[in-house]
Amino acid sequence: MFVIGTIVENKPGVLHKVSNMLRRKGFNIESISVGPTETNDWARMTITFRADEATARQLVRQMEKLLDVVRAKILNQSTSVARELALVKLRVEDTRARSDAINYANVFRSRVVDVSPNTLMVEITGTPDKIDAFIQLARGLGLVEVSRTGVTALERGLNALNSEKGGAQNG
Amino acid sequence: MIATMEGCRALIRALESEGVSVIFGLPGGAIMPVYDALLDAGIRHILVRHEQSAAHMADGYARASGKAGVCMATSGPGATNLVTGIANAYMDSSPIVAITGQVPTSLIGRDSFQEADIVGITTPITKYNFQVKHACEIPAVVKTSFYVALNGRPGPVLIDVPKNVQTETSEVNFNPQLLVRTRTNNIDPDPVLVKKAAEALATAERPFILAGGGVRISNAYEELCALSELLSAPVGTSLMGKGCFPEDHPLSLGMVGMHGTVEANKLIQEAEVLLAVGMRFSDRTTSRPDDFCRDARIIHLDIDPSEIEKNKEVNIFIVGDARKTLRGMYELLAGQLVRNADSSLERIKEVKGLLTQQISSNGGEGLSPCQVLKEARKVLPRNAIVTTEVGQNQMWAALYWKTYLPRTFITSGGLGTMGFGFPAALGAKVAKPEAVVVDIAGDGSFLMTENCLATSISENIPVIIIILNNGMLGMVAQWQRMFYKGRYSATRLGRLPDFVELAKAYGARGERVESLDQLSNVLRRAVSSDVTTIIDVPIDPEENVLPMVPPGKSIDAMIVT
Repeated sequence: MFVIGTIVENKPGVLHKVSNMLRRKGFNIESISVGPTETNDWARMTITFRADEATARQLVRQMEKLLDVVRAKILNQSTSVARELALVKLRVEDTRARSDAINYANVFRSRVVDVSPNTLMVEITGTPDKIDAFIQLARGLGLVEVSRTGVTALERGLNALNSEKGGAQNG
Repeated sequence: MIATMEGCRALIRALESEGVSVIFGLPGGAIMPVYDALLDAGIRHILVRHEQSAAHMADGYARASGKAGVCMATSGPGATNLVTGIANAYMDSSPIVAITGQVPTSLIGRDSFQEADIVGITTPITKYNFQVKHACEIPAVVKTSFYVALNGRPGPVLIDVPKNVQTETSEVNFNPQLLVRTRTNNIDPDPVLVKKAAEALATAERPFILAGGGVRISNAYEELCALSELLSAPVGTSLMGKGCFPEDHPLSLGMVGMHGTVEANKLIQEAEVLLAVGMRFSDRTTSRPDDFCRDARIIHLDIDPSEIEKNKEVNIFIVGDARKTLRGMYELLAGQLVRNADSSLERIKEVKGLLTQQISSNGGEGLSPCQVLKEARKVLPRNAIVTTEVGQNQMWAALYWKTYLPRTFITSGGLGTMGFGFPAALGAKVAKPEAVVVDIAGDGSFLMTENCLATSISENIPVIIIILNNGMLGMVAQWQRMFYKGRYSATRLGRLPDFVELAKAYGARGERVESLDQLSNVLRRAVSSDVTTIIDVPIDPEENVLPMVPPGKSIDAMIVT
């Protein structure tokens, strides 16, 4: 799986332009997450998708061709941190089920964030694999619904999308 | 420079400050304030009879002049009618600025009368688009639009202006900042790569240069010519590259690709090093990218980095301006390279001699398109501008109409839009009033934008239309003959209008031609006429465009007879 980090102009319509390009060029993405950054002018989008490397490079170039994209880069998994957050709601009909669920949540270093007489909501953070594993487990416990944020990622160390020379080969 | 005025007047003033002297368009409710302001401006307006033609005219104007063409329409259907023309300009990297009216902001999103989400619709077919929210933004939006349309790889930009923004009075700054980051870091090529490419070309025994539309866009003709002569490298072009290299030059081979010349397709496959300039390895040029130049080292030069590996893997990719890069290569090699041109020229002569005689009429009824175009070439001046429709007429023109000068062959390459040629011819004539402008048309394509005759006469824009009339949708019919067992499905046009009488009905001139001698006289009269002339030339409906590479086959598998 490739993780593409991008900085885009923080203005209306940019998400549409990006998603439209991804659809038009036939890039089949797994997740896209968008949020503000350290400056008001920019937003950060993180895109994950499965493809060969040439396709990943083409996606980066097509991203950088969009005038509202400041920079796009393939984030190397060994030199960056990628995380996702999920809220997982479980049905817990009795105290036994409830304590099982809480134990599993602890094993995954996740937190219980809401409790009702017959449900429990868990907030879990980690790599997509870890979240997949927890959701798989939750199916056996009584999964009600899941909401995942999609991956967000940063490079380790001083490397930063906002500090490097923008778009080495922009068009 | 700050002034208080209505948005519509600010728009016109901003266009004037971009040097706009002509707008192609058609008014409607949601753009009326701008049309009112236009009456007080020094900008010529050319009224079309369908908005698609306005976009094609702006496109033809842009391609003939190198300046951005401007078209304008109202909201809803006016805007959606522009779409084909905008898509056409996008595919062929042509700089046009399209201005559309929009319903007032208070009505947007309510399915109001003549509302269409033109920004959403045109996102995939524009380089950039805007919906203006306040009159004060207009100068910055206009300045940015022209910058984006013309900078780097050119393309269309759309500005959508809600009606209340047109009438809003606001303080407007006419010295605005650009609304996008400027991107000029791609103009100068990497000198290391330029050197590497130059060395590869210098040491190759059989270099080949394939020139695309990028050579025209960056005005790199002299540099291309100098480098090809220095290397004794034959030059083939893509369809968009036609005109970038004089087709009477001994090193010129004509077009490469599905309907390329035999000599171009043959010699490019023999190339040892290929320099591809300002082109994108489209499927109509390469047919099968894997088999295309499979034994060559390939140097791909383009200003758009997203073309790297998009269609074809290459050995050296240089992102840069074609003119600067070709000049850089020339300067590295000039004086050092001593090359005997004889072997290249000999081989070109050999291949041409072998195969060209096979291309002629099949002896059926009517005139041969090949002879018609060759005769027309003799009569028409060297700098005549030719536009084409799409289909057989276009490929015959590409094969047989020799083009000597840049920006004198204008055709819909990427989108392949039937009906493009006539409005594009009018746009080109407006850009270059002193030039003879000829649309090489088919009967099917011509009927798509026939009503441009009204504009041509009313606005006094005389052009010549040569209709190669076979009564068929000729290219589709050709494919049906070749690949569908000759079963004609929906390609016979039935009862066609009498094109001579049709021309007269619009106030144009019409002549029918049945012999080549007649053609030259008719053409001479058309050139000296001050109204548009339609020349109806009946041709054999069975005539195929050859050579042809069957779709999906390698260009080695070209059918010649």
